[in-house]
Amino acid sequence: MTTQTTETSSPMDQREDLLVVKDLKKHFRIDRKTVLKAVDGISFSIKKGETLGLVGESGCGKSTVGRTLTRIYEPTAGEVGFGGANIGGRIDRATKRRLNHDMQMIFQDPYSSLNPRMTVAEIVSEGLVIHNPDMKQKERDKRVQELLELVGLNKSHAGRYPHEFSGGQRQRIGIARALAVEPKFIVADEPIAALDVSIQAQIVNLLKELQKDRGLTYLFIAHDLSMVKYISDRIAVMYLGKIVELAESEALYEKPLHPYTQALLSAIPLPDPEKERTREQIILTGDVPSPTDVPSGCRFRTRCPFAMDSCAVIDPEFREVEPGRQVACHLYDPEVMAKEGKEVTVR
Amino acid sequence: MDQNILEVDNLHVSFKTRNGAVPAVRGVSFTLKKGETLAIVGESGSGKSVTAKSIMQLLPKQNTVIPDGAIRYEGKDMLKFSKKEIQAVRGSDISMVFQDPMTSLNPTMKIGKQIMEGLSRHTALTKKQARQRAKEMLELVGIPNPESRLDAYPHQFSGGMRQRVVIAIALACNPKILIADEPTTALDVTIQAQILRLMRNLQEKMDTGIILITHDLGVVANMADRVAVMYAGEVVEQGTLDEIFYRPQHPYTLGLLRSMPNLDASRAEPLIPIPGSPPDPSALGTGCPFAARCPYTMKVCHDYNPGAIAMSETQAVRCWLHDERTPAGHVPAEIKEGRRSAEEAAAEAEGVTA
Repeated sequence: MTTQTTETSSPMDQREDLLVVKDLKKHFRIDRKTVLKAVDGISFSIKKGETLGLVGESGCGKSTVGRTLTRIYEPTAGEVGFGGANIGGRIDRATKRRLNHDMQMIFQDPYSSLNPRMTVAEIVSEGLVIHNPDMKQKERDKRVQELLELVGLNKSHAGRYPHEFSGGQRQRIGIARALAVEPKFIVADEPIAALDVSIQAQIVNLLKELQKDRGLTYLFIAHDLSMVKYISDRIAVMYLGKIVELAESEALYEKPLHPYTQALLSAIPLPDPEKERTREQIILTGDVPSPTDVPSGCRFRTRCPFAMDSCAVIDPEFREVEPGRQVACHLYDPEVMAKEGKEVTVR
Repeated sequence: MDQNILEVDNLHVSFKTRNGAVPAVRGVSFTLKKGETLAIVGESGSGKSVTAKSIMQLLPKQNTVIPDGAIRYEGKDMLKFSKKEIQAVRGSDISMVFQDPMTSLNPTMKIGKQIMEGLSRHTALTKKQARQRAKEMLELVGIPNPESRLDAYPHQFSGGMRQRVVIAIALACNPKILIADEPTTALDVTIQAQILRLMRNLQEKMDTGIILITHDLGVVANMADRVAVMYAGEVVEQGTLDEIFYRPQHPYTLGLLRSMPNLDASRAEPLIPIPGSPPDPSALGTGCPFAARCPYTMKVCHDYNPGAIAMSETQAVRCWLHDERTPAGHVPAEIKEGRRSAEEAAAEAEGVTA
């Protein structure tokens, strides 16, 4: 039932960009001396109807990206183009209102993201009340019922409260809420991380179906690399505030280029004993450095098994190494490798 | 590796609530041998953590009832132990690693002292020797500068490092059994890989039996020798690692495996979720608890709960599909023949090493 969506991921994709992000930064001032660079200059674009997966470990800034795009946070610097309009810098109230209508978010924790004192109908229709004040109560009720059925809940659930639902059902309510205003773009911030395995697949399949039927565009944020592959056309890997690699999902899994992507993929335990016995794992040493004190040069060099002298000095450029594939690593930069007296060897 | 150090036999655990007793564990039996890893898998609410806590007797006394069952450690039933006896075993012979490294350490105590706490209770070491041992433990779990880190507080460590400290505490007294309840769930994948490797290495060195409680089948495949799958307070299937992953006999086990994404499967292949959600433990009927979500139900499934049927010397399953009265045509091919042919598996194994 979901097979058709994959055809859209061909490299000859002619669809127009819905979202274009250029050198986006979000810094948080902690005190007079320290600045936490949660997002430190990232660029990417998402096409209409496409899903971009954004993965990385905790603290890498992936959630901050989602929150900055949806304007929960004000960006520190950078350009954001959305549907042709620039929404990067200061925006007026009317633009913000339009954005709240066009962009919606699905949150990680289905327990704390729903107001426990509101009924399901109130939660789902809240956006309609704000963005569609002329809508009659009756119409709104009908719309809520449609939405509940769309996400696989029963329309009789409308009068109930969030505590009466399980985690998976609550996540469905969150999805219905996001869909209520018919957004173009949805930021899903770890929407399945808090759910049981058997329920995760239900939600991923639901999101895929909705995308197919309604032409939605997703930014899918996750730390679980194995699920991300199922929903994303392309995947961006973040490390300490920067995107280190961006590629089509199949290509990324088949041949990860950046040493961090390689380690991240090899660290996932596979649900297959035979493979677990035969494969060689790359196990990184140490922890992620603090984003208030980012290493000089390449920020991954403190944990990188291939670190060279240049890595401490030059911050690798995020450049295209193959069509549709960008990576920020000196190993793929002939100039830097020549300086090191080495050649580019594609692993 | 042949003698059982722990035997859990027909364990029942219920919690008293205002609306009567709610069964959390319903007749669980399993064994653990020296140096082996038994994984207990299941979703939230399946009773896996309650089982672990009842072994350690860490459940609140005032509302827990254990109406039936035995937990034998080296042949002696721990449920009949006095408070003193259980305290002598807990933390020394059997110890536990909890899920959340952020809350399982005392934030106001230096970590050296937290490691020494168990040593001074269970061993005859002097304070100086205990400190030395604590330092060795930190070194063993891979914490740099162990000497100076002894005097650090938990908040000065990262999540992965804290979990190492928790493991150091658990292993300080050379336990025979380590119960690890979701030891890596709160950690990032690259840190998870470090911790799992550490646990395997330490197990080899100390010949510890590990009960690993997890919901992550990837972690199971990485660590376990044998697997028990829990659902609604019962062990619905039990077997060796390969039996569970390649020849699952229970529809729930099969469903779990099918809903897990496989890294080298194509995106086009949709995930097959298990429909519905787990049953409410206070409203379990007389039938099989999985019947409401099972694609292969028969009439009998809704009325009677199946008993355990042995499929091999090591594998047992609770499912009516394996009753001799079930017509052969009703058993789905995937259960009859296993999940994949040997050829496919070999081809896949090649793909990974490349």
